[in-house]
Amino acid sequence: MTTPQDAMTGVLGRLTQLTQRTVPGPEPSAGRTPARPRGRAAAAVAVVAVFALIPLFSLIVPWVLPGPVDVLNSAGTLDVLGLCFVFAAIALGYDVLFGFTGMLSFGQVLYFAIGAYGLDITLSVWNWPLLPAVVVTLAAGLVVTLLLGAISLRGTGIAFAMVTLAFAQVGYYLIEDNPHNLTGGDTGLVMSAARLPAALVGVASTRNLYWLALAFLIIVYAVVWLVTGSSTGRVWLAIRESERRAEVLGFRPFPFKLASFTLSSLIATAGGMVYLLLVGTASPDAVASTTVTISILVMVVLGGAGTRWGAVAGAMVYVYLQQYLLKIAAGPSFGALPAVVRVPLSQPSFLLGAIFILFILFAPGGIAGLASRVAARATVVRSPKPPADPQGELVE
Amino acid sequence: MSTFIAITISGLALGAVYFLIASGLSLIYGLMDVLNFAHGVFLTLGAYAGWAVAAHLPRLGFVAAVVAAAAAGAVVAAATEVLLIRPLYGRPISQILVTIGLDLALVGLLEGGFGSDSRSVAVPGWLPAVTAIGGERIPNGDFLALGAGLAVLGALTWFLRRTRYGMIIRAGAENRDMVRALGIDVGRAFTVVFAVGGAAAGLAGLLNSVVFSGALVNPTQGDQLLIFAFIVVVIGGLGSITGSAFAAVLVGLVQVYVTFYAGTGAGLAQLGNVSVVLVLAIVLLVRPRGLLGRAA
Repeated sequence: MTTPQDAMTGVLGRLTQLTQRTVPGPEPSAGRTPARPRGRAAAAVAVVAVFALIPLFSLIVPWVLPGPVDVLNSAGTLDVLGLCFVFAAIALGYDVLFGFTGMLSFGQVLYFAIGAYGLDITLSVWNWPLLPAVVVTLAAGLVVTLLLGAISLRGTGIAFAMVTLAFAQVGYYLIEDNPHNLTGGDTGLVMSAARLPAALVGVASTRNLYWLALAFLIIVYAVVWLVTGSSTGRVWLAIRESERRAEVLGFRPFPFKLASFTLSSLIATAGGMVYLLLVGTASPDAVASTTVTISILVMVVLGGAGTRWGAVAGAMVYVYLQQYLLKIAAGPSFGALPAVVRVPLSQPSFLLGAIFILFILFAPGGIAGLASRVAARATVVRSPKPPADPQGELVE
Repeated sequence: MSTFIAITISGLALGAVYFLIASGLSLIYGLMDVLNFAHGVFLTLGAYAGWAVAAHLPRLGFVAAVVAAAAAGAVVAAATEVLLIRPLYGRPISQILVTIGLDLALVGLLEGGFGSDSRSVAVPGWLPAVTAIGGERIPNGDFLALGAGLAVLGALTWFLRRTRYGMIIRAGAENRDMVRALGIDVGRAFTVVFAVGGAAAGLAGLLNSVVFSGALVNPTQGDQLLIFAFIVVVIGGLGSITGSAFAAVLVGLVQVYVTFYAGTGAGLAQLGNVSVVLVLAIVLLVRPRGLLGRAA
C-alpha cells in the first residue's frame, strides 16, 4: 500500500526505521502505522460529510447542543462548532511543535493574536479589502515567527518555554497599550464588515462562516498530515526522541526545529484570522493572553499529543464543553442545587482543569491513547501488540 | 534626587515580592525539575486566606492574617506535592502539565466561590501611611515588603545551610540519585520544598495585595505575578536562590525606573513590563543558563 506520505519519504527511509521503534510513547500504534488506511479514510470522509451537512438540517436535538435552542442548525450551535473547528486546527498546529517535535512553547497565543489583530487592523482601521489584508497579515506572522523563532531556539527545554512566554507577554502588553489607537486597548477592536464579501455578512453568513472554519480545519489537517509524514516529519520525531541522536545522524536540528515552529505559528496566525471573521471582534483577553496558550496546550494533551486526530478531538471536546457547561450552569434547574455542588459545577475552568488532571494521572495518552488502548484490546487476538514504551514521555 | 530614592525603595520592595515567589519556584525546580505553574494559585490562596482572617477574625490583628496566608500556601503546596506530583514521579512534562491543570481548576473554584471581582483586605492604619525620611515620603508598605523579603532570604539561607533538610535539599539538587543511594528519603524533602515554597508564595500573595494592589485580592492576581516570577527565576538561573534574589532586585528596579521615567506618555503604560522581557532576552542571549545558573 503506497500512500502519498510514503512517496514523500525519499532518502530518509533509514531514519524512519530508526524512529518507528520509539514513536509516540503513550500510544504505540496511533497514527504512524495505519492498520487499515482505506477504512480510516472512509471514516474520515464520513465524519467530514456529517459535519458539512449539519447547517442544512433544522433537526430538533434535545440535551446535547451547546447553543441556546435545541435546533441542530441554529446560529448558536453553528457558532460554537465553528469555534471548535478553528481551535482544532490551531491545536493541530501546536501539536506539530509539541507533540511531533517535542518542543514545549508557551507563546503560541502571540501568533494567534497576530492573525486576529492583523486582519482586524488592516480591515477595520486601514479599511483594506479582504485579500491584501489576509496576505499582509500572513506575511507579518511569517516575519515575526522567523525572527522570534530564531532567537527563542537558542534555548532548549524550559528556557525555550520561558522565552516564548515572555515574547507572547510583550505582544499582550503592546495590544493593551493601544499604540496609535490601532488595537482598541483593553476593550478590543470590533471588526468592520464594510469591505467583506457579501457571503460573509448578514443572515446567511453564520452558515458560510461555519463552512469556512470547517474547510480551514480540513486544509490544516491535510497539510499537517503530509508534512508530519514526510522526510521532515521523520526528522522532527527523531529530534523529539533524542536531539543528540538526530545530530549524530547528520541532521542539524536548528532548521528543522525552526520549520516546525514556523508551520505551527502560521497555522495559529491563519486560525486567528478565521477566528476574527467568526467572532467579529478581537480583545486582549480572548485573543492575546497566556490563558489562551494554556487552553491550546490542554486541548492537545487532552486529545493525545503526537497524534493528529487526537489533537483535533481534544480541541473539539474542550471548546464544546466550555460552552455547553456554561449553558447548563445558566439553566433553570441549576439554581436549585446546593452551593457546594453548584459553585464548582458552574465553573467550566474548574471542571476542565479537573478533567485534565484526571487524564494526566490515569490516561496520559489522552483521548487518542484511550481509543488505541480499546482498539488494541479488541484486536489482541488477531495480532500481537507491539511492545509499548512504559515511560511514555514526550520531552525530557 | 529625593524622588529617585523613593522610586528605588519602591523597586526594591517590588523585587522583594518577586523574590518571595521566585525563591519557591527556584527551589522546587532545582530539586525536582518541576516548573510549578500552580505557584500562582498558591499566591492567590494565600491572599484570600489573609483576607478571610482579617475580615472574620479582626481581633487577632494583621500578624494573624500574614501567618494565615503563609500557612494556607504551605498546606496547599504540600498537598499538591503528595497528591499530584508524587504519582507522576519520573515524568517531568506530566508534572508540569498537572500543575497547569491544578491552576486552572483552583482559579475556577475561587471565581465560583468569591466571584471574579476584587475583595478588599482590612489593613491596619499604619500600613497605607507614609514615613518621612530625609524629606522623602516612603510608604510603610514598601518597608514591610522589603523586611519580609530580607527575612525570608535570611531564613532560607539558614535553612539550606544549617539544617539537615537543607543539606538534603542542596545535595538532592546536585545529585538526586546519589542522595537516594545513601539511604536518605528524598521524597520527604520534596514535600518540604513544596511547603516552604508555598509558604513564601502565600506570604507574597498577601503582601502584593496590601502593598501594590490597593489591598485588593482577586482570583487571577497570582497568575499575573507568576509570569514575572518565571522571568526572575530564568534570569537568576534555575535552581539558584542567590541568583533569584539578584534577579528579583534587578527586575523590580528596571520595572519601576522605566515605568516612572519613560512610561508616562500615551501608549507607554506597559513599557516597564516590556523592558523586563527585554532584560530576559538579553540575559538569555548572552548567558543562556542565567546569572548564577548551573551549567546545563
